Amino acid sequence: MAIPGFLLVLLFLSCSLPALSLYEDQVGLMDWHQKYIGKVKQAVFQTQKAGRKRVVVSTEENVIASLDLRRGEIFWRHVLGATDAIDEIDIALGKYVITLSSEGSTLRAWNLPDGQMVWESFLSGSRPSKSLLFIPTNLKVDKDNVIFVYGNGCLHAVSSIDGEVLWKEFIAKGVEVQELIHQLGSHIIYAVGFDGLSQFVALQINAKNGELLKHESAAFPGGFAGKISSVSSDSFVVSDATHSVLVLVSVKDGGISFQQTRILDLVPDSPGTAVVLPTKLTGIFALKINDLVTFVKVIDEGKLEVVEKIDNGAAVSGAVSFSEGQEAFAFVQNGESKIHLTVKHGLDWSNNLLKESIEMDRQRGVVHKVFINNYLRTDRTYGFRALIVMEDHSLLLVQQGEIVWSREDGLASVIDVTTSELPIEKHGVSVAKVEQNLFEWLKGHMLKLKGTLLLANLDELAEIQRIRLQSSEKSKMTRDHNGFRKLLIVLTRAGKLFALHTGDGRVVWSLLLDSFRKTGQCNSPVGLKLYQWQIPHHHALDENPSVLVLGRCGRSLDANGVLSVVDTYTGKEISSVGAAHSIVQVIPLPFTDSTEQRLHLLIDADQHAHLIPRTHEALSIVQREFGNIYWYSVEADNGIIRGHVLKDNCDLEVSDGYCFNTRGLWSIVFPSESEKIIATMTKKSNEVVHTQAKAMSEHDVIYKYVSKNLLFVANVAPKAIDEIGLLTPEESWLVVYLIDTVTGRILHRVTHHGSQGPVHAVFSENWVVYHYFNLKAHRYEMSVIEIYDQSRADNKDVWKLVLGKHNLTSPISSYSRPEVVTKSQTYFFTHSVKTIAVTSTAKGITSKQLLIGTISDQVLTLDKRFLDPRRTVNPTQAEKEEGIIPLTDSLPIMPQSYVTHTLKVEGLKGIVTSPAKLESTTLIFAYGVDLFFTRMAPSKTYDSLTEDFSYALLLLTIVALLVAIVATWFLSERKELQDKWR
Amino acid sequence: MRTTRSHSFVLCLALLFFRSASAFQSDELLAEDEEFGLEGGRSPPNLDLTLSSSRSVPFSQPTRRRSSDPDSDSKIQFPLEHAFGESDFFPAGTFTARLKTWSHGGQTLTKLRFSREALTETEKEKFKMLLEGDDFYKIRVPSNVLSPPGRDYIISSVKARCLPQDRLDEHFVIHMEGVNILAVNYGSPGPCPYPRQLKLPAKWSFNSYTVLKNSEQAPRTPAFAEEILGGESGEGEAVMPPERSFWAKYWMYLIPLGLVVMNAVTQAMNMPEEQATGQPGSHTQQTTVAAVPRGQSAAVRRR
Repeated sequence: MAIPGFLLVLLFLSCSLPALSLYEDQVGLMDWHQKYIGKVKQAVFQTQKAGRKRVVVSTEENVIASLDLRRGEIFWRHVLGATDAIDEIDIALGKYVITLSSEGSTLRAWNLPDGQMVWESFLSGSRPSKSLLFIPTNLKVDKDNVIFVYGNGCLHAVSSIDGEVLWKEFIAKGVEVQELIHQLGSHIIYAVGFDGLSQFVALQINAKNGELLKHESAAFPGGFAGKISSVSSDSFVVSDATHSVLVLVSVKDGGISFQQTRILDLVPDSPGTAVVLPTKLTGIFALKINDLVTFVKVIDEGKLEVVEKIDNGAAVSGAVSFSEGQEAFAFVQNGESKIHLTVKHGLDWSNNLLKESIEMDRQRGVVHKVFINNYLRTDRTYGFRALIVMEDHSLLLVQQGEIVWSREDGLASVIDVTTSELPIEKHGVSVAKVEQNLFEWLKGHMLKLKGTLLLANLDELAEIQRIRLQSSEKSKMTRDHNGFRKLLIVLTRAGKLFALHTGDGRVVWSLLLDSFRKTGQCNSPVGLKLYQWQIPHHHALDENPSVLVLGRCGRSLDANGVLSVVDTYTGKEISSVGAAHSIVQVIPLPFTDSTEQRLHLLIDADQHAHLIPRTHEALSIVQREFGNIYWYSVEADNGIIRGHVLKDNCDLEVSDGYCFNTRGLWSIVFPSESEKIIATMTKKSNEVVHTQAKAMSEHDVIYKYVSKNLLFVANVAPKAIDEIGLLTPEESWLVVYLIDTVTGRILHRVTHHGSQGPVHAVFSENWVVYHYFNLKAHRYEMSVIEIYDQSRADNKDVWKLVLGKHNLTSPISSYSRPEVVTKSQTYFFTHSVKTIAVTSTAKGITSKQLLIGTISDQVLTLDKRFLDPRRTVNPTQAEKEEGIIPLTDSLPIMPQSYVTHTLKVEGLKGIVTSPAKLESTTLIFAYGVDLFFTRMAPSKTYDSLTEDFSYALLLLTIVALLVAIVATWFLSERKELQDKWR
Repeated sequence: MRTTRSHSFVLCLALLFFRSASAFQSDELLAEDEEFGLEGGRSPPNLDLTLSSSRSVPFSQPTRRRSSDPDSDSKIQFPLEHAFGESDFFPAGTFTARLKTWSHGGQTLTKLRFSREALTETEKEKFKMLLEGDDFYKIRVPSNVLSPPGRDYIISSVKARCLPQDRLDEHFVIHMEGVNILAVNYGSPGPCPYPRQLKLPAKWSFNSYTVLKNSEQAPRTPAFAEEILGGESGEGEAVMPPERSFWAKYWMYLIPLGLVVMNAVTQAMNMPEEQATGQPGSHTQQTTVAAVPRGQSAAVRRR
């Protein structure tokens, strides 16, 4: 009796820790990783005297990267934290990239060739202010090139060799420095800025020791607005407070003088506010009024003269100097399907250095930014290339009228992701194709066989790997049996929608949504969320699936909503509505109409509910289910959660049958002095639970409480919302709730004393796992709560089941008093966490794994069995057989269980899981600045052969066996005959 | 190891209080009022000094406390109001409780009692309407019992058809945090099966059950060092599996070994001239013995 027990234990132990790791040659087989940098803010070229031409860029995702100017690949890249925004970059000494970040308080130097950090300086100051980085080209202090940084109200001089602060000069309070200027050959740094609203200040500072040599100021009664733009080393242009007058300021030895010019005199009939663009050109500045850019030349004695007006939303580059003291700059105009790049000489306006028209994909939108760089052509003339940032955040290099390379850097700022099926494969494949495929197939398998039998040489091994990686199967545009091939529909911050193929991560189509572009009524549209609009199956198979994109005109909640429906096969916008109301909340209803369009309720700021799609059929469905539609709203700032139902039709001025009044049903008010909501979490609405019953050891059964209307809420003490370490454990606590969102009942409530956020939670089936910080233990913890239904607990009697006296089939009502029990347990966890997700499979049979996005931007898997409240220190034999792991005080982190293996998903923001058709397998997509996709089998692939299963070897074995059978049969026959003859 | 969870339930003193519906306030409460007297009372935050039995809002004040006692008690009342469907809220009853002030400054409610007022004729009519329309019966309580209504009212609703049994059965679970009410789980004490049948109560009076709930403490993270130290003496028996005899542990290896040895011996006796036949037997013995510690260590490591 002990042997089977022993064997069982052995068996259990051997499979208790499923090996998720992969072999080296499996990397890239079913996963892909894409690196991005985000929308470029600033670019600095390094092309002179460098073997590898490169451009260093800083982006809105706080990335600093060095890109190959020939191909657009990333040489190196660093992602600074979300709290460490890059202000400015520049290059010093020709070999260091200098970055100024965190509002002028951190200065770093990176080695240009390999991106290693050379030094780092923290610059403290007295008050928050604008930040400026200024690296004069020919200024040496004690044989040291100096970097000047203005930040936090101080001017710092920093050595470019080791980052040492040479001197520090406090700028008088109230003075806001806007520009730092250095005149060639002198040792004086000029700083100009404003003091208050109407004082113009010019400071002269000794570059050697930071001594303030001169402080001049003059008041301008009209006041200033916007930025100071320098026209020459001693004259500046700025607009006045009303944006109607341009002020030319000249700082001479005799003091500061102002000269005013009305903008209307320069640009007649120009509505809108004028903005002076910073071009840093000598003698010329650009004025932008709406889409019209006017170049104005400053002639002697402060006279202004318009040299050219260009329209069509032009972008203007900074000045670049080429040859001796010559300056050039570029501007780009948006055409219908082209962009026009013009490079002009800074002094000689009459002719162009370059004028090119470049074909541009409409889906990239308009040009946002342009940076230019010069190079020497083969015929010794000067050529120019331009780095262009488009509306969809993509980055292009244009040279000789062509796009040399482009990067889809919009994908670095993913807002939301959903998946879509691919079209079903059409029948009728040509015979030739099959034959060729068969030959290829056989050849591939023979190669693989050689590989398995260790007969292959290096070339063949490389060939095998190539075949495996480039299997045409995985990047087909049709559905497969296993459901591995899908489309990932990705919404980016630029309002562009991408469809990525899960096989190889390529962009299948992309669409810059027109309704998410800047227009008159909607001046700052933001994309918010994606919803599944139509998932056709059964009777509506010939329809294409589509997604609903939700957006809003502006940041505030009461701004008008924008809705757009996009076909996921073709990538075309089917319909778009600029909703006439705000959208605070979207509730996907569990109903679909006859074309499988999902019904949604949009809740506006006035608590009206609007039904979409606006069809009679949808309306009749809602009328039928009128009493059964409930939702809740969380007022996190206020600490109130409310439940709502539909009431009746709206009585607006315009009668609208699709608009409903709502009424409150319940409310939960958390005491504001002791609790603040920091996290809420619900289950995924499309989650599948295979069975409600959970079999236990001793032939017992418990029932999971699988209500979909559960909300997990985590509250902390109001003082504890800041960073960890500011509070003592006594002042801090974490209270978590499980709330039924139909009736507003609190089903479970528990307090963790001495704990604080940030809380990351994941909710699935009947359990919730959450991660927080324990101040007493100085460690992160993870807790699990499982909730079980007691009202069904007495359905254990077989006779009851036979006689039908059970309540398993009776409908569940939320209004019945819930009889639930909860079990919970807490463990230490070493890592801090960015996000948590859980695997999901098609039928919910496969055991679950948690996917933890760690602070190091990797994705770690953790078996749910480690977070099982039934774990004990010494599980009984029966419990061990059931798969309960002995309790430990902390959760194990196994290096093999990183699904991202050696890769990093820089700036990890979220993890999305989607079930494949194959029950064992789940698709995982992690996004941040990078994108990573893989598929994984939480309980191993029990329902299919692995991809590298050698069919040829199987075939060979069978053939060999057959031959052996025949041979032995023949031999035995002969022997028998010989025996008989004897 | 988490056997002492029940201590938190002592705090959530669940006082089931059942009263037949009547329009008057309980005599018993008034008697208690007199018992403590009004000496040295702290002025309540809300200075409306109307006393409990009046139907007007606000109802509540801590009326008295014994100043000498650090953990002093005082009586407190707060109203329950109800609404029929979309109607306004009307007073429907009074909760009475003891406000306990702890020495560390915290305040909790204990000994919750509830008295409901009888339904008037119009209210009965309204309730019937609710039953017919399968509409919501709503109740609300203040979110702060010391200064009602606090930040907002706590509202809870139930489909009216869930309540009628023999009488109107209702069940309150009031979730408290100090003197704040977070939420009220309100509904029928039993199940309310979904196709809700229209059923009128035999008697138009309420059967009320009330439970007061405070937050539970989370079980502490298992501290293993302590457990092992403490557990050695008391739980040593349970931790260590009972030592079995050598035979009981290794019989499955010993029997084959014996067989092999016997086999070897018989073979050796049959062919005493061939010494080599003993060799395989001893060889097997070695490997079998070697397998035991290996198997064990593997098991230990996995654990």
